Amino acid sequence: MNLFKIETTDFSFNLLQVIYLVGSVSFMVGLKMLSKPESARKGNLIAAFGMIIAIFGTIFLYGNDSGDEGVEIDKTINYLCIVGGIIVGTIIGAMMAKKVKMTGMPQMVSFFNGMGGACAMIISLVEFDKLLERINSPGGNFKIMFEGFESDMTDLGIIFLGLIIGGISFAGSMVAFGKLEEKLKDITLPGQQFINIGLLISILTISGFATAGYIENPNVVFLVLALSLLYGVLFVFPIGGADMPVVISLLNSFTGVAAAMGGFLYGNKVMLIGGILVGSAGTLLTVVMCKAMNRSLLNVLIGNFGGGSKGESKEITGSIKEITKSDAAVLMKYSKKVVIVPGYGLAVAQAQHVCHELEQILEDEGVEVKYAIHPVAGRMPGHMNVLLAESNVSYDKLIEMDEINPEFKTTDVVLIVGANDVVNPAAKNDPASPIFGMPILDVEDAAHTIVMKRSMKAGYAGIENELFYKPKNSMLFGDAKKTLADLVSELKSLG
Amino acid sequence: MESIFSFISEHQLMIYLVILMVFVGIELIEKVPSVLHTPLMSGANAIHGVVIIGAIIITKEADSVYALVLGTIAVVLGTLNVVGGFVVTDRMLEMFKKKK
Repeated sequence: MNLFKIETTDFSFNLLQVIYLVGSVSFMVGLKMLSKPESARKGNLIAAFGMIIAIFGTIFLYGNDSGDEGVEIDKTINYLCIVGGIIVGTIIGAMMAKKVKMTGMPQMVSFFNGMGGACAMIISLVEFDKLLERINSPGGNFKIMFEGFESDMTDLGIIFLGLIIGGISFAGSMVAFGKLEEKLKDITLPGQQFINIGLLISILTISGFATAGYIENPNVVFLVLALSLLYGVLFVFPIGGADMPVVISLLNSFTGVAAAMGGFLYGNKVMLIGGILVGSAGTLLTVVMCKAMNRSLLNVLIGNFGGGSKGESKEITGSIKEITKSDAAVLMKYSKKVVIVPGYGLAVAQAQHVCHELEQILEDEGVEVKYAIHPVAGRMPGHMNVLLAESNVSYDKLIEMDEINPEFKTTDVVLIVGANDVVNPAAKNDPASPIFGMPILDVEDAAHTIVMKRSMKAGYAGIENELFYKPKNSMLFGDAKKTLADLVSELKSLG
Repeated sequence: MESIFSFISEHQLMIYLVILMVFVGIELIEKVPSVLHTPLMSGANAIHGVVIIGAIIITKEADSVYALVLGTIAVVLGTLNVVGGFVVTDRMLEMFKKKK
């Protein structure tokens, strides 16, 4: 009987390793396919498949040999907790993901990322507790217990890293979520950078000392947790909303690294591979996004975009002129080439469908219509692409900044729908501006620009836009969706 | 110094894996059109939900109420990350319908 049992556990152990191998490969293949438009959706499903088999394999096959000393431990409650937890998580997660609007995608990603971070954080807490139990003889203390426990010391270091990174990622993601939901404002404390750096150094010092066995109070783990959460909050708080995509991407790779720590701890290769893949891919993605804004990562993190230097920018004088919808419609109808510059306003107003309608009517009139996509338009790179793809705009009409910029010279009308900072000439000619140096769309080169906006309010970076005052520019105030719909009906009535 | 060497020697397979995966991750992402930045970020977000395996392990091994309660919470959070991540990504990509 006993012999039979050992055989089956061996079998389940081996099977689990095969499952983990398949899971790991599916992550790599999935990620690869995700980087091409044609195969992206399939890639996502492949990665999801790998995840599902890894999860079920772990539930039913992991550690089944632990009770082989003749003592059968009843694991019913544990199984109930796992399955119950997965059911609850699946229902909530699927509902949230299904219900969220396209405009809310960035904060949703941030939220789910935070959940992963919190998960890594809790794993570290429990593992810390287990480690204490394992090596703590009654009356023993932290320092003494580490003599002769070098491998536990490694474990402790990894546990701390998982806790710190997971905690920062969780707290930071929640703040990023709150900011994108516009429930939190940018707040900068005086001397914020020094507080942050000091905090980070103390977190690392405390956990380093604890790992080396110099701190005897086991509650140090909660101190490190609290400080990490605080750091996560303070780290994201001063960063302006326009930079949130970069921050989310960075926190995303943090969570990946935190997951990899779990892989190290359990010697679990699928966790390690999944975590490190996301960690490295996420870091690269973050750098690519920074490059798209022509800034360094450091500058994003400590530059307080949208804060600080407000008001130092030069005064803008001049007057704005408005255009009526029918004039705008006529202007576009008799153009050869119209370029639409979408921005966050388009997303907020859910105007992508009517925008596509406008594009089709103009095309039917023989006007060449293109979309100019700034790499950071919206609140996430690629935000506009996703949004416009939703309304069936074919993606060969979506032209990236470097390609479209030379074309503005031959463009008759540029229609700017809810975009602001990405067409602000201050980025080119005002060194005092917080967005100075960011590449912009050269809409000024076009014969006419029409800015569609709800009000004269400044954009997300909180700065005035000189473009509005240019003689070639006219303003069209109102909600993007309604205004576009009116333009469509104007065009239709023109026949 | 010796302890560092012995650590590396002991965990060399894992360390090789980490280094290789760093390069694979970079290689996989390097030439991504900006169209796919958001879905890719979201997809990567779902993949690090693999952390749920750790949550399952601690819950399965839990022998105290403390570990059981925390483990269950971790399983719920990890599932949120996995399910939410993949579903959101799929919804985004659903919109990239082929148009010929």
